[in-house]
Formats: sequence, C-alpha cells, structure tokens
Amino acid sequence: MQKLLEQSLDWVDARYPVKKVWDEHLAKYYAPKNFNFLYYFGSLALVILVIQIVSGIFLTMHYKPDANMAFASVEYIMRDVEWGWLIRYMHSTGASFFFIVVYMHMYRGLIYGSYRGPRELLWIVGMVIFVTLMAEAFMGYLLPWGNMSYWGAQVIISLFGAIPFIGDWLAEFIRGDFVIADATLNRFFALHVAALPLVLVGLVFAHLVALHKVGSNNPDGIEIKQNKGPDGIPVDGIPFHPYYTVKDIMATVFFLILFAAVMFFVPELGGWFLEHDNFMPANVLQTPPEIVPLWYFTPYYSILRATTTDMIYVLYGVTVAMAILTVISVKDIRAKGATVVVAAVVLVALNILQPKLWGVILMGSSLMVFFGLPWLDRSPVKSIRYRGWMFKTALTIFIVSFFVLGFLGTQPATGLNTRIAMVGTVLYFLFFLLMPWYTTFDKTKPLPERVTE
Amino acid sequence: MSDDGVNHTRRRLIGLTAGMGAVGGAFVAWPFLASWVPSARAKAAGAPVEINISKLEPGQMLSVEWRGQPAWILNRTPEMLDKLPGMVDLIVDPDSLESIQPDYAKNKTRSIKEQYLVLIGICTHLGCVPLTKLKPGLAEGMEADWRGGFFCPCHGSKFDLAGRVYKNVPAPTNLVVPPYHFATDTLIVVGVDPSMSIHGAEGAKNMNKKMKENLSGSKG
Repeated sequence: MQKLLEQSLDWVDARYPVKKVWDEHLAKYYAPKNFNFLYYFGSLALVILVIQIVSGIFLTMHYKPDANMAFASVEYIMRDVEWGWLIRYMHSTGASFFFIVVYMHMYRGLIYGSYRGPRELLWIVGMVIFVTLMAEAFMGYLLPWGNMSYWGAQVIISLFGAIPFIGDWLAEFIRGDFVIADATLNRFFALHVAALPLVLVGLVFAHLVALHKVGSNNPDGIEIKQNKGPDGIPVDGIPFHPYYTVKDIMATVFFLILFAAVMFFVPELGGWFLEHDNFMPANVLQTPPEIVPLWYFTPYYSILRATTTDMIYVLYGVTVAMAILTVISVKDIRAKGATVVVAAVVLVALNILQPKLWGVILMGSSLMVFFGLPWLDRSPVKSIRYRGWMFKTALTIFIVSFFVLGFLGTQPATGLNTRIAMVGTVLYFLFFLLMPWYTTFDKTKPLPERVTE
Repeated sequence: MSDDGVNHTRRRLIGLTAGMGAVGGAFVAWPFLASWVPSARAKAAGAPVEINISKLEPGQMLSVEWRGQPAWILNRTPEMLDKLPGMVDLIVDPDSLESIQPDYAKNKTRSIKEQYLVLIGICTHLGCVPLTKLKPGLAEGMEADWRGGFFCPCHGSKFDLAGRVYKNVPAPTNLVVPPYHFATDTLIVVGVDPSMSIHGAEGAKNMNKKMKENLSGSKG
C-alpha cells in the first residue's frame, strides 16, 4: 500500500512539481523562529477568506438579486431554508471578523516595519487586497436591500458625483439608473460574488508569492537570510511545516471558537455587525435617521464628514507648514522649487474646489498614504523594539486617532463631534506626513545579531 | 539584420500587431462598459407623474415618487413666503445662480406659482432625504432661531422654505427643482416643462429630448 502511494506520487511528480512546491513553500520554507501572537493573523485571514467563499456560494443558492425579491429572499434564508440562518450569520460575522483580522495583520506590519525594503511590493499587494476587500464588503452590504443598505450605497456612490465635470455621469454609470435601483443591485451582486472574489484570490496568491520570494519579517525586524549556517539555511529560521502549520492550526482552533461564539450567541453584536436599520426593507422615500456604515468603514467615513468649510482653513495651514518644513529640510534646489510649486497648486485647489470634493479626496488619501509607507519611513531599524520615543509617540497618537475617528463615524455629526473628527483627521495624516522627519531624528537602539527569544 | 542582432522589421511588426490587438481590445471592451449606463427600461421608467393638489391646504406638504426619487409639493402660507426675502444673509446662493432648477423656477420663490414649491427631496450633499421642519423655532426640535425649512439628518445640511441651502453646512447647492407645470389650477405634472405640455407626437419627442438633458442635473 505504502509502495503504491509512493509510486502514484512519483507518477504525478514527474508531470507536476508537487514535491518542489511542497518543499519551497512549506517543508523547506524557513521562517524566523521568533514569530509571536500577531503573526497568526495572516493565516487567519486565509481561513476567513475560505469561510466567506464557501458560505457565500451557499447563500447565492437561495438569494435573489432583484430589488423586489432581495429583502424577502434574505428573510427566506433566515426562516425557511434549513440551516439558512447559520450560513447567513456565518457570512455576516465573517465579514466583520475579516476586517478585525486584516486590521491586526496591518498593525503587525506597521509596528515591526514589515513594509520596509525588500518587502515594499509585498506591502503594496497587501494594500491592494485591503482596498479590494473594502469594495467587496461595500457591494455585499447592498445585497440584503435593507434601508441602510440602500442609503449607505446612495451616499457612497454619490461621492463620485463630487468629481468635477464627469462626476454626475460617473455616479449614474455606476448605478445604472438615476437612483440606486434594481440595476445597481444586480451588478453589485455580480461583482460581489464573481468578479471581486476572483480578483481577491488572485491578489492573495500574488501576496504569498511575493512573501516567499523575500521571506517573512519578524518582531526584531532583522533579516534572517543574512545569517546562514554552513548548510545555507538561516540559523534563525525554522521550516514553516511542521512548526508553523501546527502553530497556525492551534490559532485557528481558538479563532473558530471565538467566531462560533459570536455567530451563535450575538450575531448582530448589538448593531455593530448587523445594523438595526437594515432589518427594514429599502425605502426610496425615507432615509434612516442616521446613515452609519458598518464599523470597519467608520474611520474613513469620519474623515469624509469632518471636511467642511472650516476644515479647508486647517488644510491651508497644514499645507503651508508642510511646505516650509520640506523646503528647509531638502538640500536640492530643484526639490525646493518643486515643493513650492506643489504647495501652490494645492492652495489654489483648496480655493477652487468644493469642501464636498475635498472630503472625498481626503477619504481616498487616507487609504492611499499607506502605499507610501515604505518610502516615508527613514529609520535605520524596522521594528518598534529598536525605535525611540518619537516613533512610539507618533504611532500611539495615530492608533488613538484611528479609534476616535472610528467611534465618531458611528455618532451624529454635530458641532463638537465634527471638531474632534477634524483634529483626528489632521493627526491621522500627520503620522504619515511627518514620518520622514521623526524617523530620521529618532534615537534608535542597536540591532541584535540574532533574533531574540 | 542590424548590428546588434535585432531584427527591426520583426520588432516593428510585433509592435504593430500588439497595437492592433490593443485597438481590438478597446473595441471589445466598449459593449461591456456601455452595458453599465441606464438601460432603455430605466430611462422609460422616468415617466412624469400627475399630482392633484386641490386638497393640499396652505402649510401642508405632499411627497410623491418620481423617477425613484421623492418629489415634494409644499403649499406655502403667506407667512412662509414673507420670510423668504429676509433669509438672504443666511443663504449661500439666494438667487439660485449655482443651483439646478428650470429657468421658470429661477426666481425669488423658486417656483412657478409663488404659493406652490416643487422640489426633489434629495440633499445635494450626498443624497439623503432631508426631514421636513416647516414650523419655526423649537416646535420641530430645531434651535430657537430656526425659521422653518428642511434639515438633512445625515450630515446636518439646512434648507429654507424655498429649498435654499444655509451657509456653513456640507451641502453645496440648493435643493433641485424638477421640471413641472400646472396642467390645470389643481393638477401639477412633475417631469414635464410648461413649454412641452402640448399633446401629440411633437410634444412627446421634445419631452424625451429635454428629459435626457435634465437627467444629468437632477441628482443629489
């Protein structure tokens, strides 16, 4: 029997590189031996991707992407389909957990400098995955055709209308109608269940290929490949399989326990995972009293809402201050000139363009700045363990701003809330804009030769 | 053959083939992209609606669905109308120069007949439906100096009783006035300009053309 199996494997291996792939990516892929808790979230993201794809496929078997039937078909899944409620709650809980896991995964990258060279492209592919995931979540949210689905989509698609000249046309192009309508629902369904999942899976594959080319970073932020033993294997590396596969399986078990607890006992999580207003069908004539996106979008939504006429004056100040700082810091006279020109263009644009459009620009920029991280960070070290107080302070302010913005995004946009959101928005951006300075001047600790335990 | 071993004729032909392929790709992409614009059915669904206003008392408001959007008809009292000129200082665009409305509603009251205000009830900020807060002062849960109008709960935009937007709120322009006319003294037709209300083929053709032009502008 054993012999027959080996012969079969040899037969396949002669025609398909099974053993080679197994060795390169698992058995002989050497990962740093000092991974900690935060390193679980990459493989957990993969677990959730599978959960979402499987539960999603089964939901499409009962769901109807039709404005007249969508809401009822979701209720049908919840009440009449055998175990339909479980499949749906699995999918809705999975959506929120996907973002929890991905935010943790990004936080890990942020504190250990996993975005730094040679992993720039790995980081960029990861950011593209994140943006795609947001689009996937946004489109999926329209499908139940609840009132919050409807008006949330209305607000977000209207954002495109703020773009000068082509905006109104573009919003109409996306909707396929003059308002959110059956056409919008139908195409969002197609994008949500077919187009974007395919893109996501492809991007995740590219993310893993890039990771295995450059190798994993670790909590010390030093390159284990620079310290190899006589056998050519990094002395601080251990084979991914079995060491990390076992570890990740254990993490998956704990994760699934937590996941099941939410799914079975509190699938709505008090309105945080499933919003109460979405238990009413879409009503064209009645906006919910407060349009609130799901929690994972609220920091960005806050930035959008914080951008009023008053915010434009703040942006003047930030632009001028950043321009002065840059002109003082750069030596090259052409770079000085370019800075002045860019600042002047921004100032003119601040005068001309509506605050509504600047809200959209800032919201987009709040994601786009992440792409610049590998080049904004000038520190000689990668990991927070060897950085000084400046980076730690900046990171703390950034994380606090992120949470405050996230909370404010769920609250009414009244006077004081808007003021705090404005401050939060500025602090959020300063983390990135000032990074070249505070990472240059920060006092770092010497790096160790080997990874620490 | 050239000196560096590159066959330039082949290179050129490869480039030409790739270029033609790109052109072909663009042609193939066109139908897919074009399939996203509003379909003939969606356009046809934008038919005008008739509203009987004989029972609409002064101070009352009606909301009907037109093209999937709420269309409002407000019968303004003389007191309401008297307040409009005094609003000018609070309003971004009191003369509706930047806002969207038919020419016949581009006046002080933003209406054909002073009394009747017809609006698209969609906030020009991000498309929510503003709440109706017609009574002045604290009566509607607004501030004491509120003079009556509309309040968008999503992002706090305020509009007066002619749908004109207040200063320092996120909405950039006044609420949109749709094309409409009075078929009789008590029948308003939303979706058709007065000039196109003639029956017959010519009128219908004009209407379709004009509606297409208006479509791009009537969104919030």
